[in-house]
Amino acid sequence: MAKIEMDPLRWKQEVLKKYPSKIAKKRDKSIVVHEGPENITKIQSNVRTIPGIITQRGCTYAGCKGVVLGPTRDIVNLVHGPIGCSFYAWLTRRNQTLPPTPESPNYMMYAFSTDMQDSNIVFGGEIKLKQACREAFEIFKPKAIGIFSTCPVGLIGDDVHAVAREMKAELGINIFGFSCEGYKGVSQSAGHHIANNALMKHVIGLNDNAPEGKYKINMLGEYNIGGDAFELERILAKCGITMNASFSGNSTMEQFERAHMADLNVVMCHRSINYVAEMMETKYGIPWFKVNFIGADATAKSLRKIAEYFGAQELKDQVEKVIAEEMATVKKAIDEIRPRTEGKMAMMFVGGSRAHHYQELFTELGMSTLSAGYEFGHRDDYEGRRVIPTITVDADSRNIEELTIEKDEAKYRARKTEEELKALDEKGLGFNDYEGMMKDMAKGTLVIDDLSHYEMEKLIEAYHPDVFCAGIKEKYCVQKMGIPLKQLHSYDYGGPYAGFEGAVNFYKDIDMIVNTSVWKLIKAPWEAEPVIEAEYAA
Amino acid sequence: MLLRHTSDIIVDREALTINPAKTCQPIGAMYAALGIHGCLPHSHGSQGCCSYHRSALTRHYKEPVMAATSSFTEGSSVFGGQANLLQAVETIFSVYNPDVIAVHTTCLSETIGDDVNQIAQKARDDGKVPAGKYLIHCNTPSYVGSHVTGYANMVTAMVKSFAAKSATKKNQTNIISGWVEPSDMREIKRIAREMQAKIVLFPDTSDVLDTPMTGKHEFYPKGGVTVPELVSTGDSKHTIALGPFCTEDAAILLENKCKVKFDTLQIPIGLKATDTFVSTLSRAAGVQVPESINDERGRLLDMITDMHKYLYGKRVALYGDPDILVPLTEFLLTLDMKPIYIVSGTPGKRFEASMESLLSKKVPEAKYKNGERADMFLLHQWIKQEPVDLLIGNTYGKYIARDENLPFVRLGFPILDRVGHSYFPTVGYTGAMNLLTKILGAIMDKMDRECPEEKIELVM
Repeated sequence: MAKIEMDPLRWKQEVLKKYPSKIAKKRDKSIVVHEGPENITKIQSNVRTIPGIITQRGCTYAGCKGVVLGPTRDIVNLVHGPIGCSFYAWLTRRNQTLPPTPESPNYMMYAFSTDMQDSNIVFGGEIKLKQACREAFEIFKPKAIGIFSTCPVGLIGDDVHAVAREMKAELGINIFGFSCEGYKGVSQSAGHHIANNALMKHVIGLNDNAPEGKYKINMLGEYNIGGDAFELERILAKCGITMNASFSGNSTMEQFERAHMADLNVVMCHRSINYVAEMMETKYGIPWFKVNFIGADATAKSLRKIAEYFGAQELKDQVEKVIAEEMATVKKAIDEIRPRTEGKMAMMFVGGSRAHHYQELFTELGMSTLSAGYEFGHRDDYEGRRVIPTITVDADSRNIEELTIEKDEAKYRARKTEEELKALDEKGLGFNDYEGMMKDMAKGTLVIDDLSHYEMEKLIEAYHPDVFCAGIKEKYCVQKMGIPLKQLHSYDYGGPYAGFEGAVNFYKDIDMIVNTSVWKLIKAPWEAEPVIEAEYAA
Repeated sequence: MLLRHTSDIIVDREALTINPAKTCQPIGAMYAALGIHGCLPHSHGSQGCCSYHRSALTRHYKEPVMAATSSFTEGSSVFGGQANLLQAVETIFSVYNPDVIAVHTTCLSETIGDDVNQIAQKARDDGKVPAGKYLIHCNTPSYVGSHVTGYANMVTAMVKSFAAKSATKKNQTNIISGWVEPSDMREIKRIAREMQAKIVLFPDTSDVLDTPMTGKHEFYPKGGVTVPELVSTGDSKHTIALGPFCTEDAAILLENKCKVKFDTLQIPIGLKATDTFVSTLSRAAGVQVPESINDERGRLLDMITDMHKYLYGKRVALYGDPDILVPLTEFLLTLDMKPIYIVSGTPGKRFEASMESLLSKKVPEAKYKNGERADMFLLHQWIKQEPVDLLIGNTYGKYIARDENLPFVRLGFPILDRVGHSYFPTVGYTGAMNLLTKILGAIMDKMDRECPEEKIELVM
């Protein structure tokens, strides 16, 4: 298919023309023609979506229950609200989990709801919620129950936190609530923050029994979609690094409770989990830095950063050995596949980190990313954390609680001295930092926040990418246009894509997608060859 | 085990729903609205509702599902969603230009008491609805009824907003479709065509949610009932409402508004329900039943008689929506199977009455329940107490089917892990043959897989 070369600035101007002036003015600030990694400009993000525009975004409840708490298998996640919210979040995110024994608790296949009726809306739902907690306890005997608020809960004044405290006392298990009503904030992002806060308040630090191991880390912001966490667990174990806790792919409550016993927090998805990383550093003295296990080179780089942090030569040697071993397979795959993917073009609009991380994998395939953006990222996810002090806190962000965290005198333990941290930072570990997506994107690319359906169609019409990456809502619209869409939320039910084996899986899947032959058969022979008529006429 | 905590010990529950056999109203309204040509459904609430509904429908159909949202924030929840809806109407008409915007509410906008009727009127008064375009709406509070109720409410809104009575009657019959697949709606139209009955079918999602791959995304596909057709329903000579839960409210309103008499039938799933549908349509439209339809019926009967031995006495558990479960139960009884456990999350006394009349004599030991806490957890517990030979329902049943090693037929909403439901009908005689083929396939595949080697049969 011929690619129409359109100047990105012209594309932007033409797209904005269709919008009423007020909308055009707002979208103007969220569509940026990138001036290159050395000259990162401001992009408007984490602001309200314009009603009616057809957005990719979801709600706060989705970010809290679906994303952060969803992948933990031994907690009963009870949704307080009408039935839909629990129903739609029931197994739809593909978080895999592997209980160690057939008897180990696993509630992830179950959807729990108070199924609020109109009488509960009128007279309040607290009594029903308490009863639901009792019944869940009687039937399932979980060690914890999380209560998730849906839109009506906050509006009618049900106090889920008071109910949680009362039930915790009555049932003798950990029970805590989340005020994650769907209308809070402007996207899923607010829900991540609320989930982080509750884990900090109610779970982290409860249990000092950590697993044995010299190099103990927590993996933050990894959700085991399609088995990503399994692959990372495999690699870390092979390197001799102990996974103390995962937030929250393939996780358990016990892992969260002992998270403060790790010596390092590594952050995958910065957007959804940076709050916990920050708070754990203040409270327990655990340093954090950003890693990326999407892409084989990125995985190798991240492992080296971890080894550098711990500093032990035996660990460094083992990491190098593992990288060498794993890279042999990766190289074999890429050498075979890359000639078929080289020079092709991708676009990606997902999440708050994936639209950045996956560019790495496409680079390994010799493909370029012409346009990318997040559904619910903030400016720091685009421009880097250095801009945080300059981000205006608007009314929607102010509604989300900022916890005041203090040093836990009993459990705080400095893992490194200031000098050591400084020295490591100079070696490129980048403590407390994330440089954002734009640092890794080329000049002249289009960075678009909260892409609308209309803008998506215009992008495809103008640039005909070889693959478009987004989610289920976009999937078939894009494919009807004759362009394959790769889902980067659900991986189109494939994966894992993280780590070394994941990279190989991804190469194979992209190879398959960009070389699918059926796209060339869309036109029927009689539609494709109007010449027949011409010959007849002659 | 996937559902390792489910046991046969049933604890009485008064508050907790586990693994629901229903979802909430707005998704039904969204699905129904997609059955109007050139319509963009609009969800008046926070973004998550619209996102979840579009995702669920998209996963089920593997098709684009377009819909917009009012994108409520905390501010809108406090001050009301009027500004959001007015902005949405303006945005939608200028960017996406539909013929109709069909607004449904959510638990959020209902709880704060937004008056969508008043807001819609304001949008019209303020000139936000261009000439020749329409803004229709219905209330779909998620804490009342189920997804089925939401479907019914949007279908009723179609009658309320469009049906009109003129001076001249039209020689046409209205068929109001319950919540079935695009394939089923297409099949209903085919049967009517075969009978030379002129009908208006609404809603109609065929050619909307089963569109061809063309290299172009048609934002408004060619299918769907048109506005002029909906207007004309007021002049039709009769209405057939298929599925009481989904369509009877609309039929009653149409009678009250335009004096069009109606019959409420079950959705034509299985032999008897299709017999009733064909007879009623023949009478209402004043047409003879052609030989071709008799032949279809005969082929279904032939299949049943040929394969009866694999069906007789088999115990079946089923779950889903009342309008599907009632005719399905009837069909299973026609096949001499035993529908033994039945749950539906959708409330309504009519369900119990229908099941009572179908089952009290033929399967007196059958257990059935609907409404709150009539969920898949309870169904699974019943199965644990005494096993079944077949499970029929939506995709969520696969976890039970695997744990209990049950033949499993997917039917209902949502089907997330197989294709075909949107292309091959379940309604009508041919649809019944499709369904029967699936039932037999599931049962016989298990026999082939598990029988002793010396007992494997070549011919069955």
